[in-house]
Amino acid sequence: MALTGLAIYKLLPKTNCKECGFPTCLAFAMKLAQKGTELDKCPYVGDEAKTALDAAAAPPVKLIAIGAGERAFEIGNEVVLFRHEKTFYHQPGLVVRVKSDDPQLAEVAGRVAGYEVERVGMTLRLDGLAVEHAGGDAAAYAAAVAAARAAAPGLPLVLMSDDAPAIDAALTGGAAAEKPLVHVATAANWQAMADVAKKHGCPLAIRAEAGDLAGLVELSENVRSAGVEDLVLDPATTDLAGDLVALTQLRRLALKKGARALGYPILADAAAPTWQAELVRATQAVAKYGGVVIIDHLERAAVYALLTLRQNVYTDPQKPIQVEPKLYEVGTAGPDSPVLITTNFSLTYFSVSGEVEGAGVPAWLLVADSDGQSVLTGWAAGKFDAEKIAKTVKDSGIESRINHKKLVIPGHVAGLSGEVEEELPGWQIMVGPRDAVDIPNYLKNVWSA
Amino acid sequence: MTAVEIPVEKWPGAVREVTLGSSYGGGTRTSTVTVGGETTLPFLGFEGALPHRPALAVEVVDMEPADWSPELVAAWGDDLRDPAKWAAHAVEEGAELIALKLRSCHPDYGDRSATDARATVDRVLAAVGVPLLVYGPGTADKDNEVLVAVAEATKGEQLALGLCEEKNYRTIVAAALGNGHLVLAQTPIDVNLAKQLNILISDMGLTLERVLMDPNTGALGYGLEYTYSVMERLRLAALMGDAMTQQPMICTVGEEAWRQKEGRAADGVPEAWGELAERGVAWEITTATTLLEAGADILVLRHPGSVGALRAALDDLTKGA
Repeated sequence: MALTGLAIYKLLPKTNCKECGFPTCLAFAMKLAQKGTELDKCPYVGDEAKTALDAAAAPPVKLIAIGAGERAFEIGNEVVLFRHEKTFYHQPGLVVRVKSDDPQLAEVAGRVAGYEVERVGMTLRLDGLAVEHAGGDAAAYAAAVAAARAAAPGLPLVLMSDDAPAIDAALTGGAAAEKPLVHVATAANWQAMADVAKKHGCPLAIRAEAGDLAGLVELSENVRSAGVEDLVLDPATTDLAGDLVALTQLRRLALKKGARALGYPILADAAAPTWQAELVRATQAVAKYGGVVIIDHLERAAVYALLTLRQNVYTDPQKPIQVEPKLYEVGTAGPDSPVLITTNFSLTYFSVSGEVEGAGVPAWLLVADSDGQSVLTGWAAGKFDAEKIAKTVKDSGIESRINHKKLVIPGHVAGLSGEVEEELPGWQIMVGPRDAVDIPNYLKNVWSA
Repeated sequence: MTAVEIPVEKWPGAVREVTLGSSYGGGTRTSTVTVGGETTLPFLGFEGALPHRPALAVEVVDMEPADWSPELVAAWGDDLRDPAKWAAHAVEEGAELIALKLRSCHPDYGDRSATDARATVDRVLAAVGVPLLVYGPGTADKDNEVLVAVAEATKGEQLALGLCEEKNYRTIVAAALGNGHLVLAQTPIDVNLAKQLNILISDMGLTLERVLMDPNTGALGYGLEYTYSVMERLRLAALMGDAMTQQPMICTVGEEAWRQKEGRAADGVPEAWGELAERGVAWEITTATTLLEAGADILVLRHPGSVGALRAALDDLTKGA
């Protein structure tokens, strides 16, 4: 929580010595509050002021990096409870768990590392692999982690064991270079786990009994006093209702109460007997404040759904993803090819262009500048009206490329066809389908030059 | 031990309670469904009242859908050709409500008459004891004709009539007012438009205890985040005490999720998408769960597998309430 200029002023020497370059301590304090200067410009400031200012400047949910190198991911630094209040910044890491004695461990690791899917021009991937210590001694666990690393080089890891020596063996065996998340320190083992995490410079997950937030605070204070600064909270809940309450309370405590001990990202374990039940649990965690979401079922359809959801929820509500408004050629379009118009909301554009391409009918796709709004919202906001459609057609130079004057408008704005005809004399306005998915049928069976 | 003070929100407002179906005064339903009544955000029972769990409706169409995903065709089989059998099957699968679509009355899909529509509604009412949501074919003139006839023929059943939109609300609200029904008030993903329609409906004299609010559903990957945030804003406004946002919310999840490519395409899609058998249900479950978190009170679903998964989820989410 940021301090006001006046609150900072109270912590300064109030001597107006001007050595900071400002005429008075108050002016300096005001500038500090706006983050326009640095506290160390004041040579006389006391430790109390430094501590207070550092604490105030720290984000309410600390930013934590998991992994190293190209595939490392960051979680935390969130500032709101609801995405419409600003945005959610750091999307949760989606991590697949495998047991250390699973004969398919290497194969699963490879599949997790290799999974990727395209959506609205972005490549979506899984973020990491959690290797759960299942039987065997520390050396066996270290060997399993080494096998996972060999099968999935560079993929961020979560090392899951209650046994600090096993984690230490895996990290010493080379995994430390990739800065995995160490999971998990509990009331029983926190000292040893904190030592291992500190020794190898890795983030550490802490876990108390489900519902015991006081226990989580105590653990947080303990491991921080042992020198581990980068934490992840595991609320240890085992069902949907418990997950939601814990995720909500932890985020509220961090944001609204400034609870430093709980100001860390949250790990949500979505384990469930079926992939459907796991998908429900993981969906809730993605929507509601999860920082790391652990799944066991590597069901591709469910992974695709979760990655899509994450992309949706973490899109900045103020900045819809846009594409450049211009004339796009789909396939090798010629003078006979149909001309379709849509808006520059990326999702709209990718849905329409994907379907036109899939139809196998070369076409001209005109993309109007609707400030990144979809057809319906653009229409409702006056950003995709007859005038805008006509202007887009005229400015695009499409007329010189075709031998017909037919324009296909989206079915959702069928009501505009008369107005567009008035704005574009000589053009025939055709009403296309409402949904992109019906475009292939339309182009093949309805449209004719 | 450090004591942790749990932040608890005390909201001044509450969502209205709305009851569908009636067993007296002309009503023949053997069960009714009440939704709403929340005094806090979804499933946060530690700080407020959640008197009714969200209800699951299954969509039934009065003619065999020509364009439905092969997964849905496989799930319902021959029952797709008989709305009464289909509805009964849906209830066996766990539907607490039937959302009946009178599509065959559409000029392009058979143009059947209002009399035919009444007969269909009667058959479905006879086949199941749960309350009905009845949707017109989706063209202004025909919607009015069909829904008015159905409303009159089912007086007292406490059906929900839809869609009730800005362009036709007068007719639909009048039909509900005169015959003891509810309306499904739909607006295009916008807080103020939703409020405005509720005001217009209320001004006609229909009590808001008879209005369900449909904020217009975007499917996962197809605008879900817009619906999600508009619903969160509507629910927060309701809890803050804005009377015109306090309607229970209904989301047509099945229709939106299953018409996307993800719900329909078996071949010619990336391997990472997985098999259609899992993908369609995954799309529906994920869309539905996300909207439950934003305050959905009724989910209209299409696949029995999704009904089962959502029922299990709601058992879990509401067990403490």
